[in-house]
Amino acid sequence: MERNLMKGNEALAEAAIRAGCKCFFGYPITPQTELSAYMAKRMEKAGGVFLQAESEIAAINMVLGAAATGVRAMTSSSSPGISLKSEGISYIAGSDLPCVIINVQRGGPGLGGIQPSQADYWQATKALGHGDFHLLVYAPASVQEMINMLTKAFDLADEYRMPAMILADGLLGQMMEPVTFPEIKANVVEKPWATNGHQFKRKHNIVNSLYLQPDGLQKTVQDRFVRYEDIKKKHSEAELYKTEDADIVVVAYGATARVAKSAVNKAREAGIKAGLIRPMTLWPFPEKQIVEGTKAASDVLVVEMSMGQMVDDVKLSLECSKPVHFFGRTGGVIPKPTEIFDEIIKIGGAK
Amino acid sequence: MAKMEVNFEKCKGCGLCTTSCPKNIVVMQKEKRNKKGYFTAECIDMSACIGCAMCAMMCPDCAITVEK
Amino acid sequence: MAVVFEKPKALADVSTHYCPGCTHGIIHRLVAEVIDEMGIEGDTIGVCPVGCSVMAYNYFNCDMIEAPHGRAPAVATGAKRAMPDKYVFTYQGDGDLAAIGTAETVHSATRGENIVIIFVNNTTYGMTGGQMAPTTLPGQVTQTTPYGRNTETQGYPIRVCEMLATLDGVALAQRVAVDSVPHIREAKKAIRKAFENQKNKRGFSIVEVLSTCPTNWGLTPIESLTRLREDCIPYYPLGVYKDITAEEVVK
Repeated sequence: MERNLMKGNEALAEAAIRAGCKCFFGYPITPQTELSAYMAKRMEKAGGVFLQAESEIAAINMVLGAAATGVRAMTSSSSPGISLKSEGISYIAGSDLPCVIINVQRGGPGLGGIQPSQADYWQATKALGHGDFHLLVYAPASVQEMINMLTKAFDLADEYRMPAMILADGLLGQMMEPVTFPEIKANVVEKPWATNGHQFKRKHNIVNSLYLQPDGLQKTVQDRFVRYEDIKKKHSEAELYKTEDADIVVVAYGATARVAKSAVNKAREAGIKAGLIRPMTLWPFPEKQIVEGTKAASDVLVVEMSMGQMVDDVKLSLECSKPVHFFGRTGGVIPKPTEIFDEIIKIGGAK
Repeated sequence: MAKMEVNFEKCKGCGLCTTSCPKNIVVMQKEKRNKKGYFTAECIDMSACIGCAMCAMMCPDCAITVEK
Repeated sequence: MAVVFEKPKALADVSTHYCPGCTHGIIHRLVAEVIDEMGIEGDTIGVCPVGCSVMAYNYFNCDMIEAPHGRAPAVATGAKRAMPDKYVFTYQGDGDLAAIGTAETVHSATRGENIVIIFVNNTTYGMTGGQMAPTTLPGQVTQTTPYGRNTETQGYPIRVCEMLATLDGVALAQRVAVDSVPHIREAKKAIRKAFENQKNKRGFSIVEVLSTCPTNWGLTPIESLTRLREDCIPYYPLGVYKDITAEEVVK
């Protein structure tokens, strides 16, 4: 298979085109800009639509319109832009439409900064818009994984009729790594609900999130949560690294997990039984894998590029059965392997 | 020979149709309310109806059918 | 005898939720008549706004999408770009189109998005109970301008057709009214022209329809027609503000 050296943002764009994404609607924002630029160059030649919208709000609503007609549609942005998209994402979830949204995270709040961050974990997993709903959230840790996860995100979004997000960060977006593009199986999902013109062959379709009867809205939301339960059962993913005998287990996702892995290796060299759990899906959160991977551990250390967000889900997964420590860097500062190693020593030394 | 017919249950009694009849034969009756509680429009002299459909064109509820 | 007037087929056989005398019903019917006459119901996708016509998806028999407030032109853009062979129209009120959705309106227009926009201007937010809209006339009393719209503090109304007519991407910008049969006939012609423009890939067409809101104006349906004629039309003159097909004829 052909191997290419590609930037994370460009790999995401190419992977989307290969996954059958027909429409891309973007708006410039650092550090995801290369993605739009790549789409502008490639999309039309690939027979799709590239459009630079007047705002992130317009872009996500264009995704809504395109997705409603049954085609694969995508938008990408970075943290402040994702906040603007949250209205549309709520409507997309409420209308049971599939689509993919990419967040190449940067530091916040407000304009924050343009350096890598993981401070949008809560937003992505708990609060991307008003109302009771979830997104599928994938957290890649390499450029290759961005490609693999994007394909899966489109497939599952279609299967479950819901939005999916790739929660990357500025580090992964800007990083260049060798990648191969897997052969894509033609994954054609029937979309009998699509508003693509009834041709007098069926009753008219309506894509809508409004239910004025409380019972009707409750039933719709409850039905959606039945699907969510199915996803939780089947699709949570995590990588477990040297956890079988680990006394201290580090939990980290995305780019931070790569740094954490170096620290774990360093700790092993120093004779400390350290391990790593890397959540690959953030919603559904890999609760079982967290429990499984920390069986032997006395302590858990969560490392994030934030003041501590995923740490809540780790604590909930473990139900206070063991101490969960936290180490975080924020505002665009990337933690160093030595810093994480020192934290491991600190926790281990306290025993 | 023409005929206008008001769908009794669809009419909301707004009276817009009465403003457009060139023969002034469409009026609001004041005796019988429909299920929604509205007094509805009616034609008081069908023999004078010319089937111009101007009443129907003013109707916001598609409650009027015209034949000619 | 033959039927000379009945409900168009593209309109569902249901009673609408609109108040008695609200002219939304007339405008719905005109759009449906055009869809029938062009035989395009099976190839049409409508986009509803947030506002009184939010539930228009229950009234049109073509496929329908319900958009977030003000975003109908963006949703329509997405649908049209994905399905360029389908007819896509939005149906929006003045609050939706000219306040919260101004950016989406202006930019879909300037892109020359090949869609039809039916813009219903009744100078108020009807659904929420009659607040000041971007189109509320100077001096007009609404729930949020209880002493009348004061232009010193609340600014001036937006004349949407005049504004959009300055943009190169616009194929048709026309203002019509539904206060009388002659005006209703004119309105239908404009809507037909807008859909024909889409068929011929001419770009963005907007038909602004001056409409009434008897409930929130505090007038009877018939008095509302009078207000439309005497107060609204003078401020919002009817007419064609841009029509590239007319320019083609002149050339």
